[in-house]
Formats: sequence, C-alpha cells, structure tokens
Amino acid sequence: MGDDALVLSQRLGEWAGHAPVLEEDVALANIALDLLGQARVLLSLVGDEDELAFLREERAFRNVQLVEQPNGDFAHTIARQLYFSTYQRLLYGRMAAAPETGSADLAALAAKAVKEVAYHQDHAEQWTLRLGDGTAESRTRMQAACDALWRFTGELFQPVEGVDVDWAELESDWLASVSAVLERAGITVPDGPRLTAWSAGAGRQGVHTEPFGRMLAEMQHLHRSHPGAAW
Amino acid sequence: MTAVTADSQQAYETVFDAAIAADERIEPRDWMPDAYRATLVRQIAQHAHSEIIGMQPEANWITRAPSLRRKAILMAKVQDEAGHGLYLYSAAETLGTSREELLDKLHSGRQKYSSIFNYPTLTWADVGAIGWLVDGAAITNQVPLCRCSYGPYARAMVRICKEESFHQRQGYEALLALSQGTPEQHAMAQDAVDRWWWPSLMMFGPPDDQSAHSAQSMAWKIKRHSNDELRQRFVDICVPQAESLGLTLPDPELRWNEERGHYDFGPIDWSEFQQVLKGNGPCNEQRITQRRRAHEEGAWVREAAAAYAAKHAAPRHGTEQNDTAVTGTGQPGTGGNGEATA
Repeated sequence: MGDDALVLSQRLGEWAGHAPVLEEDVALANIALDLLGQARVLLSLVGDEDELAFLREERAFRNVQLVEQPNGDFAHTIARQLYFSTYQRLLYGRMAAAPETGSADLAALAAKAVKEVAYHQDHAEQWTLRLGDGTAESRTRMQAACDALWRFTGELFQPVEGVDVDWAELESDWLASVSAVLERAGITVPDGPRLTAWSAGAGRQGVHTEPFGRMLAEMQHLHRSHPGAAW
Repeated sequence: MTAVTADSQQAYETVFDAAIAADERIEPRDWMPDAYRATLVRQIAQHAHSEIIGMQPEANWITRAPSLRRKAILMAKVQDEAGHGLYLYSAAETLGTSREELLDKLHSGRQKYSSIFNYPTLTWADVGAIGWLVDGAAITNQVPLCRCSYGPYARAMVRICKEESFHQRQGYEALLALSQGTPEQHAMAQDAVDRWWWPSLMMFGPPDDQSAHSAQSMAWKIKRHSNDELRQRFVDICVPQAESLGLTLPDPELRWNEERGHYDFGPIDWSEFQQVLKGNGPCNEQRITQRRRAHEEGAWVREAAAAYAAKHAAPRHGTEQNDTAVTGTGQPGTGGNGEATA
C-alpha cells in the first residue's frame, strides 16, 4: 500500500508545470503530496523510508500495476485517479471504521488519509463528468482512457497481507461506484477483463510493466549516486 | 471609461494625488491615472508570470529529489508557486484585464517574466540555491511591496511573502545539509552558489541611473526603494549567511566597507542581463515552449470544462459558463474574474 501511494505520487509529480490550467497544477501537486505523505507513513512502519524508496529494485516493489502506468493525456491521468482513489477511499474507509482489520498504526493512517482520498476521488469524479460530458473530443479521450486502464483494475482487489477486509465486497462496491460515475459522465463502462492470468496479483509479487523500471531509474538515480549521503 | 471634462479630470487627479500622499490604499473602484493602471498591470502580470515560469526549473527536480522529505518539500513549494500565480492574476484582474489575456501576452512574448528563470537547474544543489538566493532576493524585493499603494497587490504580497520566507529557510537548510555532507555534496553546493549568485543580484533590475520606470513608480508609492538600495540590502544579508553555510560567494571584490557600513561588491555583467532579457539566455526558448505546450495541449480540457459548464449552468446564470475552475475544495483563491470593469 505504501508502494502504491509512492509510485502514484511520483507519476503525478511529473505533471508539475504541465497541467491544462493553473488550478490543476495546484490540485495535482496537492494530491501527489497527500499520497507521498501516506507513503512515508506506511514505509516507515516497515523500515527506513528512503532505503525502501531509493534502494529497492523493480522486482522488490509491491505496488499494483495501475499506479505505475504512464500519465498519458489528462484523461488517462484522471481515469487512473478515479479508479485508484475510489479504491483507496473504500479501503481506508473500512480500515478506519473497523480498526481490527489491520494494525493500530494502519487504522490511524487510514483515519487521517480517508479525508484526503475523499477529496482526490471528488476531484477525479468531477473531471470524469466534465471530460465525459464535455466536447466530442474529450468524451472520446475519456472513453479511450477508461478502456485502456480497465485491465489493471482487478489487481486492486487481490488480498493484501495484514489487511483483513472483505475484498470481494470491496470489489463490488468499487464496481458500483465507478460504474455510476462513468454512466453519469456518458462513458460506456468498459467490458474487457479486469483481471487476466498475467495481471492477477502480479504487481503485488514484484512483476511490473515495462515503463516502471524507467520511472524508478529516474527517481533513484541521484540517491544511488551518493551512497550513504544524507540530504 | 466615459469621457470626462478637463475640470473633472483635474479633480480626480487631485483626489488620487492626495490619497497617495496620505499613504492611503488605492482600491479597484477608485479613479486612477491610466499610466498608474498600466504600470501596475505590467508589474503584477510580470510577477504572476514569474511564479508560473518559475515552477519549471524546480519542477525539473521533483521526480529526482534524493529523499522523500526533500521531495515533499519541493512539491509543496511548486504547488505554492502555482497558488501565488493565481493570487497575482486575480490582483491583476481587478485592474480590468483577464488571466487569459495576460497568459496570451506571456505566450506571445509581449510580457516578460523574471530573467532568473532562464537559467538551468543542473544539479540537486540548484534547488537549494534557488531557495536561498532567488527566493531571498524575491523577498527583499517583495516585502516593501506589502506597503504598495495599490491595495489588492499589497494584500497579495502579504500572503506570498509569508510562504516565500518559509521556502527561503528550507532552501538554506537544504544547502546546509549539502555543505556539511560528503565532499561531493559540498562541491555540488558550492558550484550551485557560484552559478546562481550573479543572476540573483540581477533580479533587482538595472542600476538606478538606467532604470526606466523607477522614478515614477516611487512617486506613486508602488516601489518604496531603489533597485540599488535593495540589491545592497540583499548582499549585506547574504554574506554572513554564506559564511555560516561554509560556502563562498564568487566575487573577489566582496569586502566589508567600514565607512559605508555595507559590503562592497564587484561589477555586475549587465551585458549578460541584457542578453537574457532579449531572449538569449540559456533556457528562454525552453521555458516559453514548455509553457505554450502545456497551454495548447490543455486546450481540449479547458474546452470540455467550458462545454460542461454551459450544459449544466442554470439558465439564468448563463454568463458564468466560462468558469473553468473545477476544484474548489481547499484550494487557494481562484476568484476575481470580471470583478472590475474599469
């Protein structure tokens, strides 16, 4: 879960200075920063945050493949964000409401983060509506983005060790929530597979997609160039 | 503005001059000389553009920041800069212009941004040097603007200066960590200071005897101190800070002058400054190209937001349909659109 937040934060950080309007430069940086905050708490529960972020190789990262997908156009970024923040909101909501689902530390993190991810989901939902129900071009792009990322969404519901929630129920809630937003936006709910033999739990086992290695190379380069240095 | 007779024009000017003399704030609906309005639009727009272009050299290092803590600090800073741009465009809009119009002038090169952002960030230490020196120079320039005669600008500066001081301290602290780190890190910090020192001094603008707008701006109390005065103040602040950082400043003529009670410093290469202003700095082309590209590639998104707003606007509120701001929650001010019709 810490890797999910870290990797998505890194992707969103690539948007800085490139957003379609200034308000989005603020919003995307804001979301990236929230996710980075979550990542730091989660990684620190396991070990040293910087060691974990900068010195592990690709095969040791446990993030889902969805969050490592390249930003693409704004619609791809929004579709990825809609899928992921809906998942995070449902998961953190359960963890915050029923602390016995995980450790006390996780419950505390979830209680704080659920407020942030509610804002992220609202942001993604508002943009999904605007792009889906905006112009013909924006609808086409939003549909294409939702279709392209659909096959990465099943992996979100592969059980995570140490988090005892009803994953099947989480998945059906997610599907209902996302479908409702897409329908309101005039987007056809994608009908392709959400989980294939190839993608089932792959990210959680350290098997990633090709763009991920390049992303890590950029993220880790400086830290690795100065072994043992403090920053 | 409707035509005014010579007499009433005179009366307006008298009221305006008296307000300036009494250190009162001029507000958007007050009468003001056309040249005062034009000067403010130019200055505030240039200031806003600088915040926006200034995101680029620092954002260049977000994905490569060497620790998660530094990455978080840098992300927060770049986010603040976008927010500052928003405040400043709003302040400019109170003078009867629009953000779209100002952005168009930036993209077409008709309005400028601070020359400093045409220099590249080549190493991580540049991020620290920008925080310490560039933000430091900006604060020295901007704190007096909190007392500027135009109310909306002065109020924007109060908020901006608070956040900038915070960034400046963080920049200093990042450089200190490098300076006290490994020999490679120390060398990286020194190299960054060597490259950013002189461009930072140029941020105060040309010398007083060559500054086109200074005298009028000071008379209008838009500016409170001359370029050279502020530059001197900045040098006096930086020298002891450099010493405590354990770094040197790249100026062999820098020394304390007991008589003046100030540091003397070497001559600035104004030909370099002129070249950068003319568009021939190291990154002018890159900065403006990236800004234009972000704007052009985002056009379909803004069109979608406008089309959506038009479809979903209540019929009697049809005039609000060009509002492309989508995310209200917890974000800094995005208002001000169309407030003033001067």
